[in-house]
Amino acid sequence: MKKGHILGLGIIAVAIIIIVSMIGDASTYESFSTAKAMKMKGEDKPIHVVGELKKNISGTVEGIEVNPNKTSFYFMMVDNDGTEQKVFYNEPVPPDFSRAEQVVVIGSYKNEELFVADKILMKCPSKYQENEISTAGM
Amino acid sequence: MINTFVGNVGHLAVILAFVSALVAAYGYYQYTFAQELEKPVWKRFSRVAFYVHSVAGISIAVALFEIIYNHRFEYFYAYSHSSMALPVHYMISSFWEGQEGSFILWIVWNVLLGLILIHTNKFWEGPVMLVFALVQAFLVSMILGVVIGDLKIGSSPFILIRDAMSAPIFQINPDFVPEDGTGLNPLLQNIWMVIHPPTLFLGYATTLIPFAYLMGGLATRKYTEWVRPALPWAIFSAMVLGMGIIMGAYWAYVTLNFGGYWNWDPVENAVYVPWLILVAGIHTMITFKKSSTALKSSMVLIIASFILVLYATFLVRSGVLGDASVHSFTDLGLSGQLLIYMLFFLAVAVFLAIRHWKHIPTSEKEASVYSREFWIFIGATTLALMAFQVILPTSIPVWNAIVEMFGGISNMAPPADQVGFYTKFQLWFAVVVALLTAVGQFFWWNKMDGKALREALVMPYIIAVVISALIIVFGKVYDLSYIVVTLAGTFTIVANATILYRLVKKSTFKLAGGSLAHIGLGMILIGVMFSSGYSEVISYNLSGLTYSNSWEDELNKEHVLLWINKPTQIKDYTAIYRGRQKKVKGMPTLVNVNKLKFTDNVNEAIALEDIVYRNKLYFEKGDRVPLILEENDYFQIDYYKEDQYQFTLNPMSQFNPQMGLISSPDSRRFLSRDLYTFVSAINDFEDPEWREDELYDVSPGENFFIADFVTEFQGGEVLSQIDGVALRDGDVAVKAKLMVQDYDVEKYLEPIFIIRENQIGRIPAIDHELGVKVEVENILPETNQFSFKVNRYQKDYVVLKAIIKPQINILWIGTIIMLIGFCVAIYRRYDEFKKMRDKGLENN
Repeated sequence: MKKGHILGLGIIAVAIIIIVSMIGDASTYESFSTAKAMKMKGEDKPIHVVGELKKNISGTVEGIEVNPNKTSFYFMMVDNDGTEQKVFYNEPVPPDFSRAEQVVVIGSYKNEELFVADKILMKCPSKYQENEISTAGM
Repeated sequence: MINTFVGNVGHLAVILAFVSALVAAYGYYQYTFAQELEKPVWKRFSRVAFYVHSVAGISIAVALFEIIYNHRFEYFYAYSHSSMALPVHYMISSFWEGQEGSFILWIVWNVLLGLILIHTNKFWEGPVMLVFALVQAFLVSMILGVVIGDLKIGSSPFILIRDAMSAPIFQINPDFVPEDGTGLNPLLQNIWMVIHPPTLFLGYATTLIPFAYLMGGLATRKYTEWVRPALPWAIFSAMVLGMGIIMGAYWAYVTLNFGGYWNWDPVENAVYVPWLILVAGIHTMITFKKSSTALKSSMVLIIASFILVLYATFLVRSGVLGDASVHSFTDLGLSGQLLIYMLFFLAVAVFLAIRHWKHIPTSEKEASVYSREFWIFIGATTLALMAFQVILPTSIPVWNAIVEMFGGISNMAPPADQVGFYTKFQLWFAVVVALLTAVGQFFWWNKMDGKALREALVMPYIIAVVISALIIVFGKVYDLSYIVVTLAGTFTIVANATILYRLVKKSTFKLAGGSLAHIGLGMILIGVMFSSGYSEVISYNLSGLTYSNSWEDELNKEHVLLWINKPTQIKDYTAIYRGRQKKVKGMPTLVNVNKLKFTDNVNEAIALEDIVYRNKLYFEKGDRVPLILEENDYFQIDYYKEDQYQFTLNPMSQFNPQMGLISSPDSRRFLSRDLYTFVSAINDFEDPEWREDELYDVSPGENFFIADFVTEFQGGEVLSQIDGVALRDGDVAVKAKLMVQDYDVEKYLEPIFIIRENQIGRIPAIDHELGVKVEVENILPETNQFSFKVNRYQKDYVVLKAIIKPQINILWIGTIIMLIGFCVAIYRRYDEFKKMRDKGLENN
């Protein structure tokens, strides 16, 4: 075998390792019910859940409980299937959290009742979508 | 009044730039393939077209800047990216905050580069400028803003706000102009954001040049000659792109609060990948120049680097990343156009390459293990694999989109722990690359066989091991993989320094580019290993609280709550939060908000007391104080060690109506480490929810408690005048003087009680820092007591995260050395090209 071939095989091997590891480490988008089912089966891999914060009838966010030293908190989230879930996040409340239109939590179930988020992504109302102009000083 | 003139000029310039780019492309096509006799005519024609294009391109930029600079908020771009309060240098940032502005920036760079190429090339002008003009046509089309039926081509930066939004106000008054814009994203209000985007876009723009030379070389069958003029530009491009990446990393480090300089965010990855490929391409091009091998791999890499820049643009701007990235642009509906732009050049490049593939000269001989070609090729392959490893997962949203396009469902998400995921590959690849640079450089400058190599490497190896041992012992590097990184890094530095020393001694500094850049790489490796691998959160589990859920006690709390004035231990330091401050124009220091009263005017306050700094009086009581970006609060946190004052850090945060709380870190720089701190949560003063009334009857001279504060009632005082209230004859006004003690701070609260005929007026004293409101509820003459009504909210606080980043300066110095290395190499290669061109051998 020529050196070139060995080299080529080596490159292909590394590329395959890269692809396999990507597929292995890639997370998935789940709903709370599928995520809970995964946890029951003993899979602890962190997953993504997309949803909204729980709101009461008047549209204000409810269910945010901040711990006394303000460095962690609980909140209620409703996923796209409508499942309600209590979530814990071991970080201070992100700025403007209650205004988020959509939240993505990355994490896994701690036990049957509680989902623990390692990371939260938020989609806030973009300023481009704002249609209100301040008409002061007309 | 609405000024439509500037916008019309701008829009006209856009159309002119688009048309002239197409005309120039046509002209240069004819010029390239015309007969010798017709060439001068086509040359003049194409040049005129490109000059017109240049003037138009620059006019677009001037028109847009005019709109921003003169606060023409009738234009949507100025309204949504700028505001009255912005200083001029941030107006420059607001120019390229939006997508349209950044496309204009890119267009302008291409214009300037095109003009340089026209005047530095003889033979290559035609084919290279043909590619340039085509690229320009695509770029200008992104800001064309033409709508044909349902088809929207480009998004114009010159549209008026009344056309962009359908607010009801425009039906009443179509000429309505908003008073103020919505401002620049506070994260971009940073000096690095003024210079980082132009650098990055210059990097983007310059990747076009080697690509254009290559396309020209293929089309005109100059399969080997394109390398010489392309090489200095490829190195220049890698240098500028690298600088752009580093500036971005530095900006992230000093303004963002995600805790570091690199986060493997898709937007960062999208720039990192083309850079890696370009660097690999440079190495194969240099090999080709020395020994006529690796031409085909150079071609593939140069094409890939340019297409990857277009792919990066597509990823970041098409909205496909969606929630996957912290900072991607909003979708302007340009995804289709961006995709066509990328696929067009991909198709052209692949077509030309395939068509000419069998004519491209290759070297038949097998590279020996003891040849430099072999080692450089391995190095370039490693770089390409590094790029592959990053771009593949970064594109997960694209894979999902493709699967969904064909009706499938894909729920793949990016890795949950991005930093860990990328690091475990990139770290080891970087170690391999570092080792290869050391070995490769020895091969490069010397003829080597196995024995000679061993002899040459023994000394650097021994020195590197000794230095590593010292680093490992003194830096306490006990992790096995970090020990390997340290060894690789020091070996790279020592081996390349040896080469550098020999080169400079023997010949000239001009040849030292490679070894300098590689020394930089070694330092970056060690710097990253320490500052990231050994970064340590020191604001760690400090509350001492236990939680109702016992499992929470096992979690590490990485943030610390600092109440105002209360000393809190943070590892070796005692930190005390001392209140909020503002930045004042013309003052070298920040000013506490207690000294200022805010007015209704933007960026203006009134001094409540004399403002003095280092015995110099800056403002007298009652003066107007000009502020810089009044929405920014700087939180003063003093650090003590064993009761000795050490330093103060002022991490910033801004409450932004559009974006919520924005937080920027502040770091204490030491030679061997940084103490990096940022504010992660703050108290909200707006609309405090006051708790229930508490009543205290107190005699003068008596002490009582408000919350935990010892409060002394020092007595009442009859007033003859009050600010803001006109007293009439017969009115009685009494001020109660309360001294509140909070740790080492004494504060005075002075509520006022007014009796007018049978009515009672009360002016409460409010202290937001202490979260206390006091009113004189009544005066009880019979017992000589005052009755105080107290409401509490909560004391001011900040939640802080503090991280130690060891040896981060090695990283920054390494990047600078690497950039210097690039510059030396550019100089050498350009010098070479110039000499050949002037001999008339340009196309040889």
